[in-house]
Amino acid sequence: MPTPSLLDLRLVFVTGKGGVGKTTTAAALAQLAARRGKRVLACEVDAKGDLASLFESEPTDFAGREVVPGVHVMSMDTEASLREYLKLNLRVPVAGRIGPLAKAFDFVATAAPGVREILTVGKLCYEVRERNYDLVVVDAAASGHIVSQLAAPQAINDLVKVGLIRSQTGWMLDILSDPLRTGLVVVTTPEEMPVNETLELAGRVSSETTVRLSAVVVNRVLPELFGRHEEAVFDQLFARVDELSKLVGGDAEPVMEGARLAVTMRRTRAGHLQRLREGIGTAAPILYLPYLFTRAYGLRTTRQVATSLAEELGL
Amino acid sequence: MSGTGTGGRGAAAGRTRAAARSRSKENGGATTGERRPPARRGGEGSLDGLLAAKEIVISCGPGGVGKTTTAAAAAAMAACHHGGKVLVLTIDPARRLADALGLQGLGNAERRIPDEAFGRTRPRGELWAAMLDTKQSWDALVRRHAPDARTRDAILANPLYRNISARFVQSHDYIAMERLYELHSEGDYDLIVVDTPPTRNALDFLDAPQRMADFFSSPLLRWLTVPYRSRMMSLASKPFLQVADRILGTQFMGDIAEFFILFQSMYDGFVTRADAVTRLLSDRRTTFMVVSTLEATPVREAEYFAAALAARSLPLGAIVLNKVLPPYFRDRDAAHVAERLRANARSFADGLRWADDGSGEETAARVLTEVADSFLNFGVVARREAEQQAELAASPEVLATVPFFDADIVDMEGLLRLGAMMWS
Repeated sequence: MPTPSLLDLRLVFVTGKGGVGKTTTAAALAQLAARRGKRVLACEVDAKGDLASLFESEPTDFAGREVVPGVHVMSMDTEASLREYLKLNLRVPVAGRIGPLAKAFDFVATAAPGVREILTVGKLCYEVRERNYDLVVVDAAASGHIVSQLAAPQAINDLVKVGLIRSQTGWMLDILSDPLRTGLVVVTTPEEMPVNETLELAGRVSSETTVRLSAVVVNRVLPELFGRHEEAVFDQLFARVDELSKLVGGDAEPVMEGARLAVTMRRTRAGHLQRLREGIGTAAPILYLPYLFTRAYGLRTTRQVATSLAEELGL
Repeated sequence: MSGTGTGGRGAAAGRTRAAARSRSKENGGATTGERRPPARRGGEGSLDGLLAAKEIVISCGPGGVGKTTTAAAAAAMAACHHGGKVLVLTIDPARRLADALGLQGLGNAERRIPDEAFGRTRPRGELWAAMLDTKQSWDALVRRHAPDARTRDAILANPLYRNISARFVQSHDYIAMERLYELHSEGDYDLIVVDTPPTRNALDFLDAPQRMADFFSSPLLRWLTVPYRSRMMSLASKPFLQVADRILGTQFMGDIAEFFILFQSMYDGFVTRADAVTRLLSDRRTTFMVVSTLEATPVREAEYFAAALAARSLPLGAIVLNKVLPPYFRDRDAAHVAERLRANARSFADGLRWADDGSGEETAARVLTEVADSFLNFGVVARREAEQQAELAASPEVLATVPFFDADIVDMEGLLRLGAMMWS
């Protein structure tokens, strides 16, 4: 089955090792979809407030808020999710007592695999099912936790034989398992550990979950300075750096040294990229985002990354 | 030894390590039995001195910044220069680093790094390494705290336990600190450098022991398990259990309750132990080393971490800044050279009389333009980094920076090269 374009999906989980630009990529994807006229919900799963700040906005809560035209940002909160769930499904008159109940639930959730996760995934699937948005982008758990999150409905199905939660997992699994609706994006950088983790995660996602890997995004790709022939010319120029310094009227060595560092850094990274390409194979397209020399944070960055993403998606 | 200046002053008080004794003699033998107070101004001490003075160094910080490698490098340097037995306890090393440390698939066992692995360096002491195996450590805990063999076996066989031991209440965080405590109290090592697990919240592991104690002493837990222990449902828990049953199903609730009841039998052991672990974290022999890069997000997390340590009166011994661009990128003269190169690349290429037939100048000019552009690009990043660094430098006793390495660190020699950069 051909992989549908990222923007045609309804629910996209964005994950990756800490520090690779997972949140930025999620924000950029939301921004890009909104730019193309979609109503987008971007949800931050571990509430740090970073996602909203990438739109120059104050941290959001469970209810969410439109931060730029077309993009709503919300922060996941399992207690609030439980409250909403009870209100919608049980009509339990627990409004006043939800505090201790949720606290007790927190306990159960702490120990029982899948309970906290299903409150998260359940809320996201609910937004998809109700068609409140054209696209739900999730700044999901880091790669260490994402599998248990995505596998939660299945885990609950296996562990819980009866009860309301059990009866709820079916439709969630339908949404999560549908490659036309749901996809996973793994963000990485061309460095050793992130690439290792990405390859390991790609394997686990296909063997332990029903979610389709939709794309691997490689962030912070350094520009190529020279072609093969040009690098030889660079070496010759470096050998004559003293002459060059005289001509320019200042020490040119640090400038040349800087270029050499950039070239070596790119070469080391190229090796990891190669490993990534071989490991991913045809399982998912690989998208490349350039290293940004200007800003590393904020709406300006989000917009730039969105533009790069659009180019990579052929839009 | 590369340590000069402030390193190790009076640090050896009360220690038996020969290396530490000789160090303090070098520094005027200032062994008064009192630790010198932390430097008032940030970033003045050296990592050399800090590591000589401590028994436990906890390496922490945001994910993806080279925390594990930094911890290993610090331990390797201490083993080389201070002597004694040094252990690095890692959580999730890169495969090639694990290979370098001889840690492939060894579970919890501590392994000595053979001296030959250090290449030409002759280490004065011994470097040991161990990896944290969460599952194994949990099983060991259960074996230690279970009141009897029957309970122990019941817990180990419980299907929920098997699921949970990999993810129980920040299980990784707790177990890392617990294992640290165990290793320290066995007294086999002069210095333990511990890497911390990548957490959603960098502080989780600090609170993990207390949270574990709270968890087992919570009245809620008892409340939850009452009906399963006595069949007498209290009035208070009835409505909750009715709702819980409807949502989760009676069988699942029963499984959970059985598990909790079994676990509660280990209550005293766990709480006592968790308290001891908490005390160890605030012991004067323990210090924290925050590792970060100078990118925006890691810096914010590192700052948050430094503030949180201060709020808990825990000592921030060192900040290690990793993958920092070389300072020449910030050099104004060099930037001016780059600007001139960029503006007049062709005439400089001509001036070099690049090729006799005149065909190569265009390529040379293009290369010079690229070179200059690249320099100016990295210059922007380097200046941004310098500003971030200035903000971070205020808090720690030691501030060390490690430059961008042109290759990955895959062996002991690489670790020592990195270690030397942050040492003094």
